[in-house]
Amino acid sequence: MSPVDLSVRVGSVELKNPVLVASGTFGSGREGANFLEVGQVGGIITKSMTLVPWKGKPTPRMCETPSGMLNAIGIQNKGVDYFVSQDLPWLLNSKATVIASIAGNTVDEYVKVADKLRTGARELAAVELNISCPNLEDRNNMFAHSPDATAEVVSEVKRALPRVAVWPKLSPNVTSLTAIAGAALEAGADGLSLINTLFGMAIDVESRRPKLAGVVGGLSGPAIKPIAVRAIHEVHRAFPHVPIIGQGGVTSAEDALELMMAGASAVAVGTHNFVNPRASVDVAQGIASYMQSHDIDSVVDLVGMVKLEG
Amino acid sequence: MMLLTRGEVLGHKRYSEHYHSLTIVAPEIGERITPGQFVNIKCGDGSAHILRRPFSVYRVHKRGGWASTIEIVFDIRGAGTRHLSQLRQHSSVDLVGPLGRGFALPTRRAHCLLVGGGVGAAPLFFLADELRNDGHRVDVVLGARSTRMLLNPIEVRRLASISRITTEDGSAGERGRVTDGLEEMMERCETEIIYTCGPHPMLEAVSKVCVDKEIPVQVAVEELMACGYGVCMTCVMPVRSRRRGKDEVEEEVIYARSCTEGPVFNGAAVLWNGAAEAVAKDQSELSPTGVPVRQSFVDTSGDEHAPPGN
Repeated sequence: MSPVDLSVRVGSVELKNPVLVASGTFGSGREGANFLEVGQVGGIITKSMTLVPWKGKPTPRMCETPSGMLNAIGIQNKGVDYFVSQDLPWLLNSKATVIASIAGNTVDEYVKVADKLRTGARELAAVELNISCPNLEDRNNMFAHSPDATAEVVSEVKRALPRVAVWPKLSPNVTSLTAIAGAALEAGADGLSLINTLFGMAIDVESRRPKLAGVVGGLSGPAIKPIAVRAIHEVHRAFPHVPIIGQGGVTSAEDALELMMAGASAVAVGTHNFVNPRASVDVAQGIASYMQSHDIDSVVDLVGMVKLEG
Repeated sequence: MMLLTRGEVLGHKRYSEHYHSLTIVAPEIGERITPGQFVNIKCGDGSAHILRRPFSVYRVHKRGGWASTIEIVFDIRGAGTRHLSQLRQHSSVDLVGPLGRGFALPTRRAHCLLVGGGVGAAPLFFLADELRNDGHRVDVVLGARSTRMLLNPIEVRRLASISRITTEDGSAGERGRVTDGLEEMMERCETEIIYTCGPHPMLEAVSKVCVDKEIPVQVAVEELMACGYGVCMTCVMPVRSRRRGKDEVEEEVIYARSCTEGPVFNGAAVLWNGAAEAVAKDQSELSPTGVPVRQSFVDTSGDEHAPPGN
């Protein structure tokens, strides 16, 4: 059998294979390096970094739910300075493809993090904007719930990092995903990460207390995969030339292929990294086997290839 | 070095009608693991209940026909443990380990008091073996709600120089909790360090006694966790941490990961009550170089990412 070509381009970004690790599910790669070579992963989307270190929310922060889990962690991270001085050099030394995930409470915080990343920007493959954290300037909304707020973050970060691909990560908890996607693209987004977690809640009926200290949390895992496939399909149909980084419930090559056929140029394994720290490389190998058995030379030929007629 | 590996069940047995025991052939883990460290086991096919379940190791068999095996003990709490209870000889087990930072052992000959509640006593058996091998004196307080929930009291009598058994319903040993009369027990045993594992209220009560008497206390916590290897940030405990400031050592409160900085903590450094408020009040930033509070004569040195046995 001839070797298959797993390399993909996500807009201007070249990846050695289409399987990344999703933000918040693989730290900044160091812990995962016990199980795989981070340089073999399609890309490491880092834990979201903020302008100053964030301590995160009280516990319990997690509960398992049918085919998934809820989390309310509060982006506990050591801050962008720690990333630039400690994690980034380690990642680059490990030959990793690095996508830095940025989070903040205000547009200004996103921009300041982007400014701090500028010196190392040439080494970054892209930045992902985690715009699903609470927007302090518009209290009841996450950035990703408003086309205007999404556009503002994207355009300001783009201005701070003009030469780096910017991928806002959109929330599925919205009425019109394509409206938000359109606003992000008009503001200069180079790709779209789809999807972030869904809002969920669980209650302990004995104590009558929420199972999360944060009351409401984000649902992830296989339970949300059909929503990811639908969201990717919807946005891909509306914007067929825009690269999508599909995420949501990927545990296997079959899951990844589903997201790609819906329109994702690349996918990220999220929650499943907790179960199988080698999942990203296993999924990439599974995609290669599928391509060999189906006589497909380039993985790009699978993107958006769902058959809707006939 | 943590490993993702497959083990084989060598035997399943019961301790009282309440506890199941699985002995698993996993030489790479058995050779490396130290008392207090844990393994994270996949329970079932992972479709409905996706996450692994963490288990501290009850015993490591280093010699004879059962060499290179680890033994875990558990009671049935849900679908995951029910699945494990149904495994029999030659069943395959998918596990990750050794994980976490184990108990810090005394650096000189010491009188060690081990205090265990319910199934939480499990890692104390492995610890007792190691302490005795190193020539330390081991005394034990073992408690549970009732006789059938006492974990192997006969073995406790064999291992300990002085032992005390308590049950809350008085069905075996003394009626009461492990913490009742703990001070008298400490005086009688001339205790120099306490090791404890069990429910958090018990750990808190034991820690309080130790702080009052200025005796080092090592607690192994049981926290909900998703990944077990340091990336998900769900299993955190609020602990006081010290770091070197410009001129002096500063103290602050951080959320430390039970899976990597723990599961064994200095009980005197854990904020057991009002933890959320304490963290919120602590205005200093999360320490990038935080080190655990040192105890007088146990070796707690080492990199935060490197559990003992690395």
